[in-house]
Amino acid sequence: MGEGGYAITFARVDKCFSVGPRRVEALRGVDLTVRPGVVTGLIGPDGAGKTTLMRLAAGLLRADAGRVSVLGLDADHDALQVQSAIGYMPQRFGLYEDLSVQENLDLYADLQGVPPAQRAARYAELMHMTGLGPFTRRLAGHLSGGMKQKLGLACTLVRAPRLLLLDEPTVGVDPVSRRELWAIVYRLVQDERMSVLLSTAYLDEAERCAEVILMHEGQVLSHGEPAGFGRYLAGRTFAVEVPPDSSKRALQTRLSERAGVIDAVIQKEHVRLVLAEAIDPATFDVLHGLDYRPVEPRFEDHFIASLRKQQSGGGGNGTEVHASRHGDDGEAVIKVERLQRRFGDFYAVKDVSFDVHRGEVFGLLGANGAGKSTTFRMLCGLLPASGGQLRVAGVDLRRAAAAARQRIGYMSQKFSLYGSLSVTQNLEFFASAYGLSGMRRGERIAWALETFELTGQQQAASADLPLGYKQRLALACALMHEPDILFLDEPTSGVDPLARREFWHRINALAEAGVTVLVTTHFMEEAEYCDRLAIMAAGEILSLGTPTEVKAAARSAQTPDPSMEDAFIALIEQHAAEAAA
Amino acid sequence: MSASPNSRGGAAMRLRGLVRKEFFQILRDPSSIAIAFLMPVVLLLVFGYGVSLDADHIPIAVVAEQPSGDTAAFVASMRHNRYFSLTEVGDMRAAETAMMAGRVNGIIHLRADFGRRLRSTDGAPIQVIVNGVDANTGRIISGYVQGAWGQWLQEVARARGEQLNTPVDLEPRVWFNSELRSRNFLVPGLIAIIMTLIGAMLTALVMAREWERGTMEALMVTPVAIRELLLGKLIPYFVLGMGGMALSVAMALFLFHVPLRGSLWLLTIASALFLLVALAMGLLISIIAKNQFVAGQVALVVTFLPAFILSGFLFDIDSMPAVVQLLTHVIAARYFVAILQTIFMAGNVWPVILSNAFALLVMALLFFAVVRRKARKRLE
Repeated sequence: MGEGGYAITFARVDKCFSVGPRRVEALRGVDLTVRPGVVTGLIGPDGAGKTTLMRLAAGLLRADAGRVSVLGLDADHDALQVQSAIGYMPQRFGLYEDLSVQENLDLYADLQGVPPAQRAARYAELMHMTGLGPFTRRLAGHLSGGMKQKLGLACTLVRAPRLLLLDEPTVGVDPVSRRELWAIVYRLVQDERMSVLLSTAYLDEAERCAEVILMHEGQVLSHGEPAGFGRYLAGRTFAVEVPPDSSKRALQTRLSERAGVIDAVIQKEHVRLVLAEAIDPATFDVLHGLDYRPVEPRFEDHFIASLRKQQSGGGGNGTEVHASRHGDDGEAVIKVERLQRRFGDFYAVKDVSFDVHRGEVFGLLGANGAGKSTTFRMLCGLLPASGGQLRVAGVDLRRAAAAARQRIGYMSQKFSLYGSLSVTQNLEFFASAYGLSGMRRGERIAWALETFELTGQQQAASADLPLGYKQRLALACALMHEPDILFLDEPTSGVDPLARREFWHRINALAEAGVTVLVTTHFMEEAEYCDRLAIMAAGEILSLGTPTEVKAAARSAQTPDPSMEDAFIALIEQHAAEAAA
Repeated sequence: MSASPNSRGGAAMRLRGLVRKEFFQILRDPSSIAIAFLMPVVLLLVFGYGVSLDADHIPIAVVAEQPSGDTAAFVASMRHNRYFSLTEVGDMRAAETAMMAGRVNGIIHLRADFGRRLRSTDGAPIQVIVNGVDANTGRIISGYVQGAWGQWLQEVARARGEQLNTPVDLEPRVWFNSELRSRNFLVPGLIAIIMTLIGAMLTALVMAREWERGTMEALMVTPVAIRELLLGKLIPYFVLGMGGMALSVAMALFLFHVPLRGSLWLLTIASALFLLVALAMGLLISIIAKNQFVAGQVALVVTFLPAFILSGFLFDIDSMPAVVQLLTHVIAARYFVAILQTIFMAGNVWPVILSNAFALLVMALLFFAVVRRKARKRLE
């Protein structure tokens, strides 16, 4: 192997990009080593520098300072040799969508110089491993998200590399495919003695790695075995039972606002609590009268703790959002009945029915391509339905989409901000787009700046803001006209866990004030934050109910206490079995 | 188990893989086929039939102030030719109104003393007023009317058994395009434009598509060398471009009946040379523009439009201002238009063809050198 026996070594590596007039420091003084023969996880939110690090290791970028050595070769000087020895799967793997599975494999076999005599055996092995065997003649563009990802991996593995770099291979992939991808990675490490560096934004995947490198804003926060990370938090983590007269969200809000609490987050049926110091919980007055039990620290606790240490202060803000509009509960604000959307002969959404009530947080959970965004666009009146009934705020969207839109706030995955406009200009634009003027406009802008803590950043161009700020600004823009229905399309993907917690805190406050919230997500644990949710796959709703109900349906002898992910996997497998029958 | 990145067999295998992939994509994605084969057909039909620089049934008003046998005879002779379609109008006022309204493009005014002046030597008894808004048509009308008038005078004289006393008898002979069909020179020029489009636009777009879809990043981490990547694009689109060329030439010969006086193999070689320049321009654009929209815009502005305006295909280079004339030397299409018009209409005129081909060769080498220098197997 390489230098000092390591597969990858970074020594004081800096990397800057200039985006227009500004410079972005993607990596700052990064020192790290990746051990051979194990899976090393590279974990951090978007913008942490994970992709830059991967590309440097693949010889696709040149470091500004420092040295990158891969398998004993200089990644800059001997880029071509490095590229002949490693496998690299970029975030959006370059599958040729108008080529079939087999043709994609052939191309990469040609490019990697796999001798024709060895191909048949290797293909058979890869097809078996990925389960793509029956689909070799299908065009890559017609595969599901999970299958595409597996084909991408197969193409990368067509010549067994010594080192495998995987850039966020599991993002947006359904949990079944995610589990399969991990199984493949483990097999490669075990059978082919491959070294793997895998980046992910899912913190729960840290525990699946032999070693973890935690990154944040271009720097390595910590590096070690995942189990070791949280050890110092022992005795500070508890699971608090929800008392019968309260709700999970209310308890979480109450706990998280207390000094001395690092983290309070809904986990399954209880609230997980992380304390700032190891104190006897019996002396902590907020826990009086509550049932709690100590639990093992996990990786995410450590991440939150180290982020809190970095940005001491901040967080834990009570958001006064709207004057309370509580009232007639039980009224269905959104009614969807047998909704359909066809594209040609493909059903993106098939027979979807659900109701959302005033002040409810309703989640649509599913992988990329499950039909969540299509459903959303129809609800916002952006896409006409092919069939079924659709009423939002009592208005039939087929007749009066514009009237309904006045009462809807929409925040999209990409945040839809004008990057070159400043924070204030973005707010002004959205205020005028919603027809606010004069005093009211001024009031709303002042409200947005204050509530979303954007006051210091008024003049900054929104493209220059950190992701967490962008997300806040986007939410502020969607709320300018005080809508009573809020649509959030993947609002938290890629932001760091602190920003995610803060975001949900605001959403809870909005829901308390009577705003109806419809949210899509592919983070399984976020489903727990919803009052009710629908699990979607291939355009259909597989299960609908409260998180407890959805999980209860998946309870079995093997999994007496299923997580949302277990429930999701059980539902998909059950659905596949029914389809096959 | 794997071939080393520098071995010859490995390179051939990689190149073959890339070329095959590109052909699959071309076959399955209708947009490349459309640019290569549909675009030439549409452009040739539009230009071949729609644009004409010849006079053909131009509406003209005739005002005879005092109709007589002489005026009737002249009008009758004008009616015989296909260049004009005449309308007789009672007086000048009506004719002027018709011209204002754009119903006619010119007025032929025959004065009251038409018969008398015709027999004297006082000068022309006719007045021609031309709508000069469209300067080109205006010139064509005045030229044709003059010609028609001269011809009629001669006929009149001959009928009387007299010799018309004109000082010089001009007898023009037109070489190469003896019928003066503008189609004969437009269609070959158009082929140069089409080839620019196929070569530069298509290559720039398909490279940008690879960047956009993230396939380029995956290609870059394979042991493929940058020259193999470039060749992998060059070969398929060269073939496609020559296919489009063959189609255009076939249409020129069999649909528009443009003569081909030079040799076909010379035409093929010159086209191949020009196609290489166009492809190199496309590759160069793709190094700068990494999304399809920008690539399309850049290709349009730096290759297609200059070729259209400055190549001499529509507008004569010699009548451009000196600065612009100088500028046309960097437009590759200029040389190809010259070669095409020569091969189609004049034949294998070696001095013209060789000098222009040499210019194309220099441009091809230059562009490829820049592409090779600028193309990097890196993402920045």
